[in-house]
Amino acid sequence: MKGSWLGLAALAVSGALLSGAIAARATVLDLSAVNDAALVGATFPQTLSDFRFFIDGARLSPNTDVTPYALNTPLWSDGAEKLRFIYLPDGTQLTAGGEGLLQFPVGAAIIKTFAFGEGAGRRLIETRVLLHRDDGWVALPYRWNAEQTDATLALAGGRIDLVTSAGEAISYAIPNKNQCKSCHNKDGQVIPIGPKARNLSAEWLGAMVSKGWLVGDTAGGDSLPDWRTHATAPAQPLARAYLDVNCAHCHQPGGAASNSGLDLRWEQDDPHALGIMKRPVAAGRGAGGHDFSVLPGAPDKSILLYRMDSAEPGIAMPELGKSSVDRDGVAVVRRWILEMKTE
Amino acid sequence: MKRIALLAALLCTAAPISAETHRVEPGEGAGERLQEALILAAPGDVIELGAGRFALTDGLSLDVDGVTVRGAGMDASILDFTNQQGAGEGLLVTSDNVTLRDFAIENAKGDGIKSKGADQIIYHRLRVEWTGGPRATNGAYGIYPVESANVLVQDSYVRGASDAGIYVGQSENIIVRRNRVVENVAGIEIENSNHAEVTENLATRNTGGILVFDLPGLPKVGGGDVLIARNAVIDNNTDNFAPEGNIVASVPAGTGVMVMANRNVQVLDNALINNATSHVMLIAYSQGYDDARYQPRPVDVVVRGNVYGSGGTAPDFDGGALLAAAFGGALPPVFTDGLAKNVAVEDPVKIASLGLTKVGQPRSEAMPVQITPVIAGQSPALAAVTLPQGMEERLR
Repeated sequence: MKGSWLGLAALAVSGALLSGAIAARATVLDLSAVNDAALVGATFPQTLSDFRFFIDGARLSPNTDVTPYALNTPLWSDGAEKLRFIYLPDGTQLTAGGEGLLQFPVGAAIIKTFAFGEGAGRRLIETRVLLHRDDGWVALPYRWNAEQTDATLALAGGRIDLVTSAGEAISYAIPNKNQCKSCHNKDGQVIPIGPKARNLSAEWLGAMVSKGWLVGDTAGGDSLPDWRTHATAPAQPLARAYLDVNCAHCHQPGGAASNSGLDLRWEQDDPHALGIMKRPVAAGRGAGGHDFSVLPGAPDKSILLYRMDSAEPGIAMPELGKSSVDRDGVAVVRRWILEMKTE
Repeated sequence: MKRIALLAALLCTAAPISAETHRVEPGEGAGERLQEALILAAPGDVIELGAGRFALTDGLSLDVDGVTVRGAGMDASILDFTNQQGAGEGLLVTSDNVTLRDFAIENAKGDGIKSKGADQIIYHRLRVEWTGGPRATNGAYGIYPVESANVLVQDSYVRGASDAGIYVGQSENIIVRRNRVVENVAGIEIENSNHAEVTENLATRNTGGILVFDLPGLPKVGGGDVLIARNAVIDNNTDNFAPEGNIVASVPAGTGVMVMANRNVQVLDNALINNATSHVMLIAYSQGYDDARYQPRPVDVVVRGNVYGSGGTAPDFDGGALLAAAFGGALPPVFTDGLAKNVAVEDPVKIASLGLTKVGQPRSEAMPVQITPVIAGQSPALAAVTLPQGMEERLR
């Protein structure tokens, strides 16, 4: 039995439940743990609280066996604050195989909540869950209610007007279930994309290993740079990490944008596949009058940067999960292209 | 035994017993209701669109096999994306055995309908239109199947695409027939694809009517075995309005049929009328590339049985007017850069050649020459494209 990250809080809640319903003790015990039946069942639970990943709604205090994590270089989503957790059923482990994606046992889940605002003004907007069921991963979006007490299944997605941390008023898009898959997709199957060993801190990986929750090999691989250093650290690794995390889930063989021939994965080192001197295929007006995805030394003549720097549908990249421009991301990629040697 | 076999066949082709029809009407919340129906559909289900205008703010997507999306007609059920705020296309299909029929997509911000890795897909009696006509700000492709096997696009209408009205890319086994493509940059484009038949279409008032391209550096290269037959390719003289940077931005206004790279292309029995640059253009890919799989020339091309109306009077490229004058006021119906290999023109027409000898050679080095082809019988026909059994029956 693993301990909770907030063991005391969990204990307090289950204690309260126990004292209120002694007669049905077995049921009560089940009700305090994550709802494995909802997680691996065939249906789509209607509310986030059905899973019992958290013990106190909007404060997102994790239940037993629910563990927070963070990424070295995160995916940018209109500047949303992201609160990430994984759930591992009691007695199961993650398996690492080098620097790539951690393997999750059936019954595990990944839970990511998107929030805007700070301190008392923080509002939870949506929580996306990835459930590892017997027949594969299922991705579902949940939208938080105005009272911030629970989130409701939003299969068809939705829009919400809000102001970003950069002060920009946008129509924020909650993705629909298909759009979840559009990014979380390799060869037509839903997969996690975030928790790769190279994008998790050595401290976190080490802690997971020492608790017995992670087995396998995590040594020797690359490690993505810490995005918090984006303003000053060398551009090349930052830009490549940014493209890997924000673009490569579609732009790789077997991904949703495989037909473009652009492959922006961290491990790709063929310049043409990375867009350098690569002509567009189906960019349409996304080409912006430019001839190449990346023209070394010329960020303002590079389609890749032009599309990153737009929020207009039909031009903007990524196509999903973006209603505004990531100024920091644009600055890093601009620096990378500018510093690139010209022939 | 025969009876058992028949029964088995019936069982195989019949729709699942539980197939249901889900009707979605336009009006308040139509986008969410329609998207939810597309997500919750079971294989074999029909999503029926009511008549009227669906005002949509986000792209739609379908990822369930065997679903039919059917409207009340291409002028009756209209998915209107004029106020679209997100996604790269109006409708995205990523599942197999999908039938799309009898509805319209208007003013999508990106592509109209894209299907990717969606095998056995049928586009039937659809209208995809940018209602303001040709504009560089329109979406790129109207009907856009890519990375798919067994594609049928028929009886549809596409207008205003800033790249290609009907674009089939990196696919296999393709039939595009009886469509009308009007005022697009390219009417119909078959790119990096194999085994395609483009027949009985009307391509008019585009920049180029029908293009058969192969480009380097893509996951699938080596396009070929393409039949362009019995099409009406008329008045394709609209100024090129493609955004710069795209390959079609280099297509001259006044192009009828254009073959770039590819192997085994036949241009047969078309009506080619009033295309002011050239009715049939056969050219090599002229830009640099680094792809050992790629061959940049058109190879093994047959041109036969076409009706050639007026054309070639105003070639839309540098030196075009001089060249036309040198040929007596108009280029002959077939035009090549000189780099096409093994071309059989089996009609009594002349060929204008720029006389280039090397791929990538600048046109300033052209040595234009008129060629009178020697007709030595008919080249053999390409193998017919056949779609898998049961596919077209879905429309009955």
